[in-house]
Amino acid sequence: MRIELERRPRASALYAVLSPFIALILTVIAGGVMFWLLGKDPVSALYSFFVEPLLDVWSLHEIAIKAAPLILIGVGLSVCYRSNNWNIGAEGQFIMGAIAGSIVPVVFHEWHSPLVLPLMLVFGMIGGALYAAIPAFLKANMNTNEILSSLMLVYIAQLFLDWMVRGPWRSPEAYNFPVTRDFAPEAVLPEILASGRTNLGFVFAIVAAVLIWFMMRYTLKGFEITVLGQSERAGRFAGFSSRRMIWFSMLLSGALAGLAGISEVSGNINKLQPIISPGYGFTAIIVAFLGRLNPLGIIAAGLFLALTYVGGEAVQLTLSVSDKVTRVFQGLLLFFVLSCDTLILYRIRLVFPGRAVPAAHGGAE
Amino acid sequence: MKKLLLALATSAAMLGFAASAGAQDKTKICFIYVGSKTDGGWTQAHDIGRQALQDHFGDKIETPFLESVPEGPDAERAIERMARSGCALVFTTSFGFMDPTIKVAEKFPDVKFEHATGFKSAPNVATYNSRFYEGRYIQGQIAAKMSEKGVAGYIASFPIPEVVMGINAFVHGAQSVNPDFKVKVIWANTWFDPGKEADAAKALIDQGVDILTQHTDTTAPMQVAAERGIKAFGQASDMIKAGPETQLTAIVDTWGAYYIKRTQQLLDGTWKSEQVWDGLKDGILTMAPYTNMPDDVKKLAEDTEAKIRSGELHPFTGPIKKQDGSDWLADGEKPEDKVLLGMNFYIAGVDDKLPQ
Repeated sequence: MRIELERRPRASALYAVLSPFIALILTVIAGGVMFWLLGKDPVSALYSFFVEPLLDVWSLHEIAIKAAPLILIGVGLSVCYRSNNWNIGAEGQFIMGAIAGSIVPVVFHEWHSPLVLPLMLVFGMIGGALYAAIPAFLKANMNTNEILSSLMLVYIAQLFLDWMVRGPWRSPEAYNFPVTRDFAPEAVLPEILASGRTNLGFVFAIVAAVLIWFMMRYTLKGFEITVLGQSERAGRFAGFSSRRMIWFSMLLSGALAGLAGISEVSGNINKLQPIISPGYGFTAIIVAFLGRLNPLGIIAAGLFLALTYVGGEAVQLTLSVSDKVTRVFQGLLLFFVLSCDTLILYRIRLVFPGRAVPAAHGGAE
Repeated sequence: MKKLLLALATSAAMLGFAASAGAQDKTKICFIYVGSKTDGGWTQAHDIGRQALQDHFGDKIETPFLESVPEGPDAERAIERMARSGCALVFTTSFGFMDPTIKVAEKFPDVKFEHATGFKSAPNVATYNSRFYEGRYIQGQIAAKMSEKGVAGYIASFPIPEVVMGINAFVHGAQSVNPDFKVKVIWANTWFDPGKEADAAKALIDQGVDILTQHTDTTAPMQVAAERGIKAFGQASDMIKAGPETQLTAIVDTWGAYYIKRTQQLLDGTWKSEQVWDGLKDGILTMAPYTNMPDDVKKLAEDTEAKIRSGELHPFTGPIKKQDGSDWLADGEKPEDKVLLGMNFYIAGVDDKLPQ
């Protein structure tokens, strides 16, 4: 016996909307089972994982801080993915944006001016966009697979950052530790509310998501993205250039990842160090798909993923379970989201050997 | 469905309150770890200390912890979470937690903090550290006796004074036995990364060292040494299980006694912010059993250990020259602690250029 996926004649519109929620419920159930197997009370574990962080102003701020880079990167990626450009290297663009943006406060640390912060943000976006331009150029001109080139560039970015903070940019005041000097106060993103640490980065994320939502829904560019993503040939007939779309989507998502990078460094870390991201660029891929590549959905998905980070710490503390639980939850979530989506488009068919196998219709695009 | 959810949420909330109500009369002593509590090295040593603390006070205290907390913005959140959850005393057990600890301590003046191995303190932030260099001197002597080629490999983490001091102590110990002894250093630039540590170990062995020592946290180098059939020293925890035929000894961090002492002071109301730097004689570090070596080497190691313990021997006793040939310590001279804590130079005999 073997199992085959067979394309459904038509996908259910209702389930397409419901699928992320079904995935969420399945994740919570599987998580409860996991806690139960670990010998912990699943109800109180799930409570401190998913509910407790929402009851405290402080942890709401922490969720917003964690969600900001995920949303910023996620909305950029959604444009890429909708137009059929598979940028997997947002982590690298995040890092290069952070480095480019840090030129001002690190190299010109004696220059104090209100212009410092805006310049940093612009440099951050340029840095991220330029780094995304590499896979864009390779794909547009040489038809190179952007999944591989953008992914491999992540490791180069990580090592470049590592070298920068150990070498040219190492702080003279940090006892040889691999960090740059601390950013001056005017190079730090201001906090937006008196009640906690949330900074302007969260505002950037929301604004970017709303703008891109507007673009996708109401502008010709949005239509172009969708058409080219669904059928390049149809797009060509409409006069859209898929080459230009490669450039547009990659540069846009690179710039947003770069903005996320410099916002994170400026608002939260206040200096560069060898590791500045717990994998935001990769987690944002989950966020983009969980949000169904819809910018508003991505806001919700980003907040939810941020909740898994903050809640993961909470259960670690209250129930003394391993920190790996957070990772397991994120993995479960992605697994269920992808499998729910798959099952909307396909159905499972058991094929028994010895019988005639009918020709599969449809299949993968 | 809605009602069901509501019922679930309410019962969950009740459970949560019940759990926190029962815990209120216990004093919370909290720990933040940089690695996994089963890393077999640095963090595990702190966790063993935590367990000793818990056993000592039993029901009077609780000792929650967070593990694998990255040094950076996550650290600040983790420490703040501890302070908010009602911890009376928080031990932050990695150098990189220094700035976040100070930041959070400013916001929570009533919570006490203790930061391991740092140099910044505050009225509610104490620092504590161990004179690891005493153990490294002993290891240096053993290495010089055991090595046939006269070259040891040293897997270092970051070029901070703490680590540089350890390399110097090891070299000085080795040269007290064999003046021509050499040490090759590889900077892994991490505290905790089994892959990188193993790569560094392999690279050093390929360069011809026949003794390995490490200032990183995992047992990976010990395992590589075991595979390649050379001897090695454990770090932070007794790593004999990773190399039963390989480990000569290990510097074992025994934080438990310190944690018990400070918790007692907290309970008595006599806790003060101090900068503690204890050594072999205080029991904050101990040497794992001297194994896989002939009796005369074992005897030498035990004698040196006893001399350091009694105060008869300071591992850094002149004459010692710096790597560039200039004088550091005159004959019989001993350095002040603050010189050691800011050590940013190699002494003569280290076959490496200090990253600047």
